[in-house]
Amino acid sequence: MSKATERATQVFKEQIDAPTAAFFSSCVSCGMCADACLFYTETGDPKYTPINKLAPLRKVWFQEYTLTGKLLKLAGISKPLTDQDLTDWEELVYDSCTMCGRCSMVCPVGNDIAYMIRKMREGFAASGHAPESLVGATRRAVEIGSPMGVKLPALQAQIRHLEEDTGLSIPMDVKGVEYLCMLSSMEIMNFPEYIGAIAKIFKHAGVSWTLSSEAFEATNSGIQIGVSEIAAELVQRIVDAAEKLKVNTVISPECGHAYTALRWEGPNLVGKRFDFEVKHILEVLDELRAAGKIKTKDKMSERLTYHDPCQIARRGGVLEQPRKLIREFSDNFVEMPDAGAMNWCCGAGGGVSSNERADEIRIKVFQRKKDQIDAVNPDALVSACSNCRIHIEDGLEEYHMELPVLSLTETLAEHLDDSVET
Amino acid sequence: MTATEWLLWARGPAFEIATVILVMGIIVRLIEILMLGRKENLAAPKGSATTGGLRTIVSRSVPDSGTFQRSTFTIVAGYIFHIGLFVVIFLLAPHILVFSKLTGLSWPALPTTIVDAFAVITILALIAVLINRLNNKVKRYLSGPMDYIVWALTTLPLITGYMAFHRIGFSGPMLIALHIMSVELLMIAIPFTKLSHAFTLFLARFYNGAVTGIKGVQS
Ligand code: SF4
Ligand code: SF4
Repeated sequence: MSKATERATQVFKEQIDAPTAAFFSSCVSCGMCADACLFYTETGDPKYTPINKLAPLRKVWFQEYTLTGKLLKLAGISKPLTDQDLTDWEELVYDSCTMCGRCSMVCPVGNDIAYMIRKMREGFAASGHAPESLVGATRRAVEIGSPMGVKLPALQAQIRHLEEDTGLSIPMDVKGVEYLCMLSSMEIMNFPEYIGAIAKIFKHAGVSWTLSSEAFEATNSGIQIGVSEIAAELVQRIVDAAEKLKVNTVISPECGHAYTALRWEGPNLVGKRFDFEVKHILEVLDELRAAGKIKTKDKMSERLTYHDPCQIARRGGVLEQPRKLIREFSDNFVEMPDAGAMNWCCGAGGGVSSNERADEIRIKVFQRKKDQIDAVNPDALVSACSNCRIHIEDGLEEYHMELPVLSLTETLAEHLDDSVET
Repeated sequence: MTATEWLLWARGPAFEIATVILVMGIIVRLIEILMLGRKENLAAPKGSATTGGLRTIVSRSVPDSGTFQRSTFTIVAGYIFHIGLFVVIFLLAPHILVFSKLTGLSWPALPTTIVDAFAVITILALIAVLINRLNNKVKRYLSGPMDYIVWALTTLPLITGYMAFHRIGFSGPMLIALHIMSVELLMIAIPFTKLSHAFTLFLARFYNGAVTGIKGVQS
């Protein structure tokens, strides 16, 4: 067994816990998870069946943690993990799984496959079997502070532009405020309007907030590639900033996995409960709405639909809030089939969009999203993740569809009633 | 050995051995799983893990409508043969006698003709399931020899039971002996094959529902 395979086996062993063992013990090879996964439904290739993506982890579980497996391994009937296994499965575990968790909702015996994919990636990354572009993004996240290599001066430049354009002030490093707003590099570079929208809404609602010059990046490449030490280090930067600025709440931006990273994995990664709350921007906006602090001036009549980002909805529990918020600025809102907790992934989550090697399949499986959109034929699609947004725009272009893709926060800001300050 | 001797052996020592293997095997499997433990979740919960876990144990038996449309055959056939197996195993008078000898508990039986009809339906459903496994590209891809062996072990007791009830082929005692032995094979296989899902599924569903429950999502 090579060093790499030994390492992978070791990490798998550490990752396997009671849920993993219960899941593998229960699989009845019914194939229903395939029907739940866009990588299978859009390619028809059975190798993309979710449970098959876990075969290497399953092998180690069987040989190390079951009586039968131990005996069969001793007898030489069950062969140990090989380098070839790792090479063959790298594409399945990174390029063709977005960790969207849809299969986890469907499996009749209750297997949480996405939970195990997350674990399996730890072994792949540790043994040097992670895609190069993800390794690069992770290195930039650690060294520069952003997977896209965005540095503080770039953010400061965007802030200056926004302040000039809008006349609003965008606070930085202000102590003792209510909210610390995190961003994703994508927002800074591609959708800086998001920052302007936050400034506008928070001024309107009269709440105090700040950005931090020491931690502004919310995304977490460590989670996507599967290196918990790095993921923990990235979370720790945010924890340090939040504690230094003494904020009550850290706001996760319009990004899916950043929410999972900070809200659900964060405390477990750094090994302690947070002294502050973590909320998704949609949760914060909906609280403000419920408190009567958000007043809109008009409603759009265009037919709008909403794409639930997997990590925010199914894996995050933010399901009702976007709908309530959209109704504040729209009187023509329609749901796509399977919307909500069973929504279909856009195809770009879980590090797939940062993985150039996956470009082709990412666009191919977008067909699923396209069909879902076609079913309601909207005038615009609203979402709350800039990664989904960029990929959906990409996909629409590939499939020659004209459809504006809007940020919920930005659209809400556009329809605020400027004449009142609540 | 004569037919009667076979029957006595199948009913007596063989059944005891099979029961011990089944019970001990399942206990070992459950311990293997539980011993691995799981880390405490430090994230501030939006909902209860326990409630979520218990809910999923029940709710996962009912697919959402989109899933039902996509996996109709698997779900319908799965339902039929699971219900069929339940009725045949637990609601046939002679079976209830065996259970009450083992546990002291007893419950009303269904008329044998009805159970007989269930047995036929279950056998047909299992045959359909096998044909589907051989023809469906995902299932064929996922299946190893064990999947087919397990199918045979599940179907055999139904067939021998049907033959015994209708006295097909052999003498009465021999038919019963064959039926009991086929059941014993199944009992021995349960802990060490995917048939263990009959027990571990409760854990799997619980863990799944617990994780989503904490996040305030119903799974
Ligand atoms: S749906 Fe669940 S039980 Fe069926 S093959 Fe997939 S993981 Fe196994
Ligand atoms: S998590 Fe999503 S992408 Fe990954 S296997 Fe499951 S359904 Fe497919």
